Amino acid sequence: MDNSFSSADLEFQQEVRAFFESEFTDELRERVQSSSDVKGTAVEWQKKLHAKGWIAPDWPAEVGGTGWTPVQKFIFDAERCAAGAPDVVPFGLKMVAPVIFTFGNDEQKQKFLPKILNSDDWWCQGYSEPGAGSDLAALQTKAELAGDDYVVNGAKIWTTYAQYADWIFCLVRTGQFEKRQQGISFLLIDMKSEGITVNPIHTIDNHHSLNEVVFDNVRVPVSNRVGNENQGWTYAKALLAHERTSIAGVADSRRWLQEIIELAKSQTNAQGSLIDDPTFQNRLSDIEIELMALEYMDLRVLASLSSGETPGPEASLLKIKGTEIQQALQELRMQTIGAYAGTLKAAQYQNDLHARGYESRRAYMYGRAATIYGGSNEVQRNVIAKAVLGL
Amino acid sequence: MNFEYSEEQNLLKESIVRWAQDNYSFDQRRVGMSNDNGFNRAHWQTFAELGWLSVPFSEENGGYGGSVIDLAAVMEEFGKALVVEPVFANIVLFGGLLERSSYQDKAALLAKVIDGSFMGAVAMYEPHARFDTSNVLTSATQSGDGYVINGYKSMVLGGAHADKVIVLARTSGEQTDELGLSLFLADAQTSGFSAERYALMDGQQVADITFDNVSGELICELGSAFEILQATMQVAQIALAAEAVGIMGKLNATTVEYTKTRKQFGVTISSFQALQHRMVDTFMAYEQTRSLLVGALCELTDKNVDGQQAKKITHALSALVAKNGKLIGDEAIQMHGGMGLTDELDVGHYVKRLMMINLMFGDAAFFQTKFNQTAYAG
Ligand SMILES: Cc1cc2nc3c(=O)[nH]c(=O)nc-3n(C[C@H](O)[C@H](O)[C@H](O)COP(=O)(O)OP(=O)(O)OC[C@H]3O[C@@H](n4cnc5c(N)ncnc54)[C@H](O)[C@@H]3O)c2cc1C
Repeated sequence: MDNSFSSADLEFQQEVRAFFESEFTDELRERVQSSSDVKGTAVEWQKKLHAKGWIAPDWPAEVGGTGWTPVQKFIFDAERCAAGAPDVVPFGLKMVAPVIFTFGNDEQKQKFLPKILNSDDWWCQGYSEPGAGSDLAALQTKAELAGDDYVVNGAKIWTTYAQYADWIFCLVRTGQFEKRQQGISFLLIDMKSEGITVNPIHTIDNHHSLNEVVFDNVRVPVSNRVGNENQGWTYAKALLAHERTSIAGVADSRRWLQEIIELAKSQTNAQGSLIDDPTFQNRLSDIEIELMALEYMDLRVLASLSSGETPGPEASLLKIKGTEIQQALQELRMQTIGAYAGTLKAAQYQNDLHARGYESRRAYMYGRAATIYGGSNEVQRNVIAKAVLGL
Repeated sequence: MNFEYSEEQNLLKESIVRWAQDNYSFDQRRVGMSNDNGFNRAHWQTFAELGWLSVPFSEENGGYGGSVIDLAAVMEEFGKALVVEPVFANIVLFGGLLERSSYQDKAALLAKVIDGSFMGAVAMYEPHARFDTSNVLTSATQSGDGYVINGYKSMVLGGAHADKVIVLARTSGEQTDELGLSLFLADAQTSGFSAERYALMDGQQVADITFDNVSGELICELGSAFEILQATMQVAQIALAAEAVGIMGKLNATTVEYTKTRKQFGVTISSFQALQHRMVDTFMAYEQTRSLLVGALCELTDKNVDGQQAKKITHALSALVAKNGKLIGDEAIQMHGGMGLTDELDVGHYVKRLMMINLMFGDAAFFQTKFNQTAYAG
């Protein structure tokens, strides 16, 4: 057992740190936090990452990835979070691209991958439907063959950032089989196609990121189908495993923990500084101890990957614990701020606590979703029960 | 022994239920909230006419002469209906303090509070003090017949549309002393009074108020506001707990109902034992909180129960409301899946009110510490 970084890793760490210091400017940070121009800010930042060649750590080097070791990815993520920089918008870079470079044909790779790398195309994910959430295989959006096109009818729901999207990747039903997982195909659909309507869904964090996407006789060229007809489920499943590995969110949680500690030092109660309050300390350490364990759990999964294994159902563990810790931190951050954490919006912020409170409330409310999307924590527990414990 | 509401209290509750059914659907509520002051003033007038605003005040001050049990009965129903009209700020806080004060025109002013024509607010917290009401920098100094107030108060409920504000200010002593605090009545129109208003996530309107040589009238014995404030806050804690219990019951019922209709994997999700057990836990959390509320109501109205014991059970109740409110709110959203995140569903709005109840005057840790100090110290 050995948890130390090699000297090459340490050098890499310095390089990454220097990059974030010079490129992730305060001005950019402010814009990310205010989320006034979500798309513009994200694209600008992602182009900077691309210029450095660091936009796609999870892609194979031959299609534009970094070729980093798992340890380098870990370092990069830790430094990113320490700098307070956002993760890339996942739908293109982390979700659809792996399906395209793994199962797509050459034409599709050439058409889509460069624009994903350069953040010229904005993607969204059209999986869930009103009747198909945890039970995704119940999806009913239909694609019927008509000449060289599919004609798509149906509705997708909870589609994050569809309002900005140039493309949507969808699971659609192309055939009826006894097993519902068969008969599903993976389609790439141009959002400018005739017959697509995007209806906003407002959420409890008082923002608009979710949408309903309705398809009314939308024509999609057959050449936009990835892989074989009726085998889309297999491709989507492979992609889900990809999604689960980065989900522990250790580095983000570390940063939040640090922020809470800083806040608690400046907050007072009758006895003095909040950080000296034993009740507060206990609540904080309850979470930090779990986070420390999660860090090593995450590293153990990473290490098993570097020796050639793929992340199995054990990755569900990282998702469950990771999101539970995130939510605990979001709660404690609000409580550390106190009543100001209820701030909805202020004409102008009177003091720093207003702004912090506003931010912490939003993070808490949206953060409720972390245990629901990407396979809810209940579904993840079912996976562990079945696939790990053999129950 | 009898742990039920009386017939009269049930009638009071039913009158609120009926009114809410006819006038306070989720959409109607939303329309009312879009008013400039964040609520529907016409509803407020109705509340006055139906006598709900008079519940906690003594008969001699023109009130209904209700006990803390009557107040809890009303607050529980307001919780269930998610009433955003400022009953708590005006009646429990402002009215409560005013009635305990030595203000000379008390009865006349309370009459206007009760008939709905007057709005008041209480300015007590300061940004540096978190939930500590005795940590006060705002000062008042004598000037002629009256006093002049200087300082800054944060998160004053209803502070931007109040006619008058009761201000907690220091007249002597050190920053965190309980002694040396006094209460003043100040006019919101007076010069030097500037309020910046903003909304909280539960739809309540608050204001941060700067006092720049604002003249105020002393309405308690000089330097001894703390006791009155504590007595008012004790009732406030109970009132909020009752409102929270109303919300918790409603959230649980909504969630159980939803799981019985939502189908995934060909069955209703209520058929999954993993969810059943969790709904049993939230049900128990609700019953537990209601039980402690009933206990607190009994003890606070029992003359044989001393102040120490009353404090102990009140802090216990607030701490339990925070803990179980958190559990019930989280589970309600989680079991609704994506639906739970939508603004269009009432679930998130109930959760946010519950969160605000557990954040405005103290969080779980704050009340637990208060409990520890009351129960174990000295
Ligand atoms: C903020 C947010 C963003 C999203 N973004 C996208 C997106 O971009 N694209 C997209 O396609 N989808 C997206 N989703 C949808 C997400 O994947 C679904 O919400 C999720 O799959 C759950 O489905 P559901 O909402 O229908 O809940 P349901 O499946 O109805 O679940 C309701 C509750 O029942 C529980 N449950 C369900 N089945 C079981 C079981 N067998 N055992 C025990 N408990 C169970 C669930 O865990 C949950 O608590 C997003 C969701 C949210 C909240």
